[in-house]
This record gives sequence, C-alpha cells and structure tokens, in this order.
Amino acid sequence: MDFILNPWPWYVSGPLITLIMVLLILFGKNFGMSSNLKTLCTIGGAAKYSDFFKIDWRSFKWNLVVVLGAIIGGFIATQFLSNGTPIDLSPDTIADLKALGFSNPSTNLLPPEIYSWDSVLSLKGICILCIAGFLVGFGTRYAGGCTSGHAISGLSNLQIPSLIAVIGFFIGGLLMTHFILPLIF
Amino acid sequence: MKFIKFLIVGILFGIILVKSEAVSWYRIFEMFKFQSFHMYGIIGFAVGLGIVSIYIIKKTKIKSITGTEIKIPAKNKGFVNYLLGGSIFGLGWALGGACPGPMYILVGTGVFSMLIVITAATLGTFVYGLLKNKLPH
Repeated sequence: MDFILNPWPWYVSGPLITLIMVLLILFGKNFGMSSNLKTLCTIGGAAKYSDFFKIDWRSFKWNLVVVLGAIIGGFIATQFLSNGTPIDLSPDTIADLKALGFSNPSTNLLPPEIYSWDSVLSLKGICILCIAGFLVGFGTRYAGGCTSGHAISGLSNLQIPSLIAVIGFFIGGLLMTHFILPLIF
Repeated sequence: MKFIKFLIVGILFGIILVKSEAVSWYRIFEMFKFQSFHMYGIIGFAVGLGIVSIYIIKKTKIKSITGTEIKIPAKNKGFVNYLLGGSIFGLGWALGGACPGPMYILVGTGVFSMLIVITAATLGTFVYGLLKNKLPH
C-alpha cells in the first residue's frame, strides 16, 4: 500500500494524466477544465450581457460532472490515500521560501501564509486570492484554454497556438515568481 | 446513467493531481524557479505520451464509445490572444498556485478558501466576455 499512500513520482503521474485526456477523447469529449468557468457564467445569466456566453450550457454538463468528480477525488486522495509525507521540495526552494517568510514549506499542499482563514481575512490576503483568481479566469479565456486544454491537450495535438499560450504561461509565471512575489512577501 | 463515466474520470483526475502534488502551490513555485524536475517530468511525460496517443487515435480512425467519429478540434489561429492571455493566466497561476483543474480539486481536499479564488476566476471569465470584442486577438 505504501506506493499508493506515498506521493506519486512524475513517471507515474504523467502517464495517468495522459490517460484522463485519452478517456475523455474516447468518450467523444475533450480535456479542458477552464471552459467550466464560462459554463458557470452562462448558468448565472451572463448571456444577458455578452453574446460570448450564449451557449447551450446543457451540452457542457458532462464537464461539470468531471468537476464534481475532481472535488470528490481530492477528498478521497487526502482522506484515504495519503500518509502525510511532506512534499519533497528541493532544498533551494525551501531556502528561497523561508527567505520570503514562508515558515513551514512542504508540510501542507498550500501555504497557510496565503490560504489559512487568518491570512485570507486580512486585506492583503483577500486581495491575493481575488487577484490570482481573476487573472486566471480572465487569462485562460483570453488564451482559449488552461493547463489541461493547452499544455496537455493542445501540445499533444501539436497545436502551435497552444505552444504560444504555454510560452505565455511561463512569461507570466516567471514574472510573478521572480519579481512580484518578492515584493508581496 | 451516461454521466457516471465522467464522474469516475473526474474522481481519477482529482486523485492523480493530489497524489502527484501538482495541486501544490509549493510545486508551482519550485517549477517557476527551475529548481526541480518534478513538474517538468509530469507535464513532459503526459505530453510525450499524449502525442503518441493522439497520433494512434487519428491513424486508426477509432470511434468514440458512442460510435461517433472522433474529432479533436484544432485551435483557432491567433497570436496576441495566446501570448497575452497566457501571460495573464501565468501571473495568476504563480500567485495563487492553482489553475482551473486544481482549484476544484483543492476544495475537495478541504481548502474552502479556494472558493474565493473560484468565484474571482468566474468573474474574470465574465469580464473577458464583456471586453472580448475590444481586446486584440
């Protein structure tokens, strides 16, 4: 059981992510998580404000079911399939994080400095979550996809637009990690 | 129950992303610092095997389980939208450590403050829809 309870190495996780994509293709669909955000807008009545949201959301119900499953999967993985092994971050990463003021890198999946209610209920904390979410939601629709739609599905289908999008992901990610995070923390 | 298979795929997806630690803010930070092979290994292996899989699916003209022809749509032509939209996405990804898949999964792991990120992301998508025709694509 240890090999299930311990964190899975990249050479196990990588092919399993391909399996998810292939299953969805064989089911006649595509692997793309961010379109659910658009579906949620449509369900909320966004079509009144922009034709962009004039879609038949029922034809995307299957993807909302994938989301529901993903939430359940997250619950199962943490409750029953984990043994609390800390994340095996590189020593350099841990040193960099400590220098930024992150006290216990790797003991949780997410840093309490950002996601604990104490942090979230401060002005800085709520701004971080709202801005992060907004940028992801805006950027992913502008780019026409996210990590699953572009980095996994698009690159697997040898799409040049997806390569450009992934280069964009890295431009933004590198700017944030190297220049902006040190200003925030 | 035609939706049950999607529920199962979603559950598998959630489990895989938690067990791979790809849902971890720390792993995303480490990736953008180029300090570990972990995330590159996951994405690289997934894409490498994905290229082979899609090639085989196209070559064998295999049908979907409902018997329909499998169509994998090509992405629309464009440049500015992909590069600029991608960069905006990347800024948010590295700040919050979560892209749209992990956002939902992390709620399941008990991080309910992620619901704020999901709400903000939905708002971001809504604002894109409002501005779409005014943005360069």
